Amino acid sequence: MTGSHGSEATRAGVEVRLEDLRRTYGTTTALDGLTLTLAPGELVALLGPSGCGKTTALRLLAGLEEANGGRVIIAGKDVTNVPANRRDIGMVFQAYSLFPHMTASQNVEFGLQLHRVDQDERRRRAREVLDLVGLAAHANKFAHQMSGGQQQRVALARALAIRPKVLLLDEPLSALDAKVRGRLRDEIRRVQLEVGITTLFVTHDQEEALAIADRVGVMQAGRLEQLGPPTEIYSRPTTPFVAEFVGLSNRMPGEVKFGGVEVRGTQLPLVQKDVPAGPAVALVRPEAVTIAGDGESASGPLVGTVIAVAFLGAVSRVTVDLGDITVLAQLPTSAAADHPAGSRVRLALRPDPVLVETKEATTASA
Amino acid sequence: MSSARRFRLQVFRIAVFVVMGLFFLVPIGSMFEFSTRGNSATAPRNLDAWLNIVKTPELSEAIIASLELAVITTLAMLVLVLPTMVWVRLRFSGLSRVIEFICLIPLTVPAIALVVGMVPIYRWININVNDSILTLAFAYLILVLPYAYRALDAGLSAIDLKTLSEAARSLGAGWATVMLRVVMPNMSTAILNASLLSVALVLGEYTFANLLAYENLQVAIAYVGLVDAGTSIAVAVASLLFAFVLLLILSYLGRRQAPFAQAGAADYDLAQTVGLSGGVIGRAGR
Repeated sequence: MTGSHGSEATRAGVEVRLEDLRRTYGTTTALDGLTLTLAPGELVALLGPSGCGKTTALRLLAGLEEANGGRVIIAGKDVTNVPANRRDIGMVFQAYSLFPHMTASQNVEFGLQLHRVDQDERRRRAREVLDLVGLAAHANKFAHQMSGGQQQRVALARALAIRPKVLLLDEPLSALDAKVRGRLRDEIRRVQLEVGITTLFVTHDQEEALAIADRVGVMQAGRLEQLGPPTEIYSRPTTPFVAEFVGLSNRMPGEVKFGGVEVRGTQLPLVQKDVPAGPAVALVRPEAVTIAGDGESASGPLVGTVIAVAFLGAVSRVTVDLGDITVLAQLPTSAAADHPAGSRVRLALRPDPVLVETKEATTASA
Repeated sequence: MSSARRFRLQVFRIAVFVVMGLFFLVPIGSMFEFSTRGNSATAPRNLDAWLNIVKTPELSEAIIASLELAVITTLAMLVLVLPTMVWVRLRFSGLSRVIEFICLIPLTVPAIALVVGMVPIYRWININVNDSILTLAFAYLILVLPYAYRALDAGLSAIDLKTLSEAARSLGAGWATVMLRVVMPNMSTAILNASLLSVALVLGEYTFANLLAYENLQVAIAYVGLVDAGTSIAVAVASLLFAFVLLLILSYLGRRQAPFAQAGAADYDLAQTVGLSGGVIGRAGR
């Protein structure tokens, strides 16, 4: 990155508001009253499983589809009925979208031409944004001469070149291999911060969303389940769906009593308020499960046998069979090495607040 | 690959090339030979039959009419069929099978049946609109529909139409810009194929023109053949060579686009064109 992007860096983002957006396809409701506000210059990631409505939300914001109800407001202006080509939006797609008959530079200049930018300025800006994504040396290459990661970076440069009010990223990394994905993810964030553009990022990859976003919105069945900073989404999920979708959770039977939930002899605090007393399933994070010691001669509800150890780098995930259930524990790899498969261990539960699913809640949601 | 195997492969290629070349060139050569014969067995060879193409006003007019028809039909096909296919793919993908079925119908209906169906329409057009031979372009548009559809469909399948058009739209392009600057350049081989097929089909068409009482190139060749076989054969050879040159141009342009086109799709387009246009050219002489 050079210092030539001052004009990009000093531009302030705009506020984007989606108000009660609805979209149905026949009898299927893809988006069920989505309301979301993106602060100027903020990067919000919409995260959710396939079919949850996150891409539909992005396409409605882009103007590529029409909403059945609700409003899209960009920089205070209602653009709900403005066609896609007049919304002043830059977009990077999941599929490679470079125009195959144009070079990287021509691709970047395409939008500028349509915005009637003169030739000298076009070339200058194309160089500037290609430099911004580190591809100035590839300006004369066609799409088929570039790797997938390079193509997506050119697509990002192309989207930014027209200096849009909003940047939309529709799973731009999903077609790339893991290593390139990680690098490009960081690069997208760097460029977004540098340009200061309001950005909506759609992904089904929780790691991607948590790593890149200022705030993450978790969606399910066309609705926003929870919206908040990544740490809050991960550590304080407000619904069982979020707890299970973001990160891993052990489903451990317990009993709600005395304002908490007792799980296999350990009292844990509750995230939810006013949970009726009675049987429930607690959702316990693997990192809240620790191996307290050797369980060869011990007995009790948290003593079991290690059945698998998954090496994940700095940490390892140990699967322990407690007889009636299996529990995942995440611990430093050095600690996990002491507990190979087949060994008996005694687990302990860290008293972090947990979500519980009661039988009533399950019945109601069904 | 061993050198012996490479040599055998090379010999096989040359043999195939020679046999296929003879298969195509011997009849054309024989026709050319026939068209340059004198009036008697002892008369010297001459190019009178070829010169007659220009000297015979009916023939020149028919050639010009057929070329005009070819251009009008091709342009009409591109203006009507291509945007329709793009629109159906983008907005009404559920209708694509219906559109395909409609476009392929003319392939299954014999030309004579189509003509019989069109006679009342043409009678009305002749009386109320125009009796120009160029009105045949309407009938020819229906005739070329299946071939053009197939060629364009192959081209559309080779690109990610939805993503490319949405990318262009998000950059500020209207639909006309999307068509002219994004879709068409990326399927130029398919458009060339469809155009070539239309031209070859129109230039080789006889049944429609004859039964609807218009004099196009093939009808003129048939008439001239009744009184002057040499000239008739000369025109037939000329039209075959014209189609051959068109094919060469297509192959050349197809190769030029290879750097950014999807090679498989381009090859498919070309193979399909050669296969189909072979049939079309075959019809020209009937």
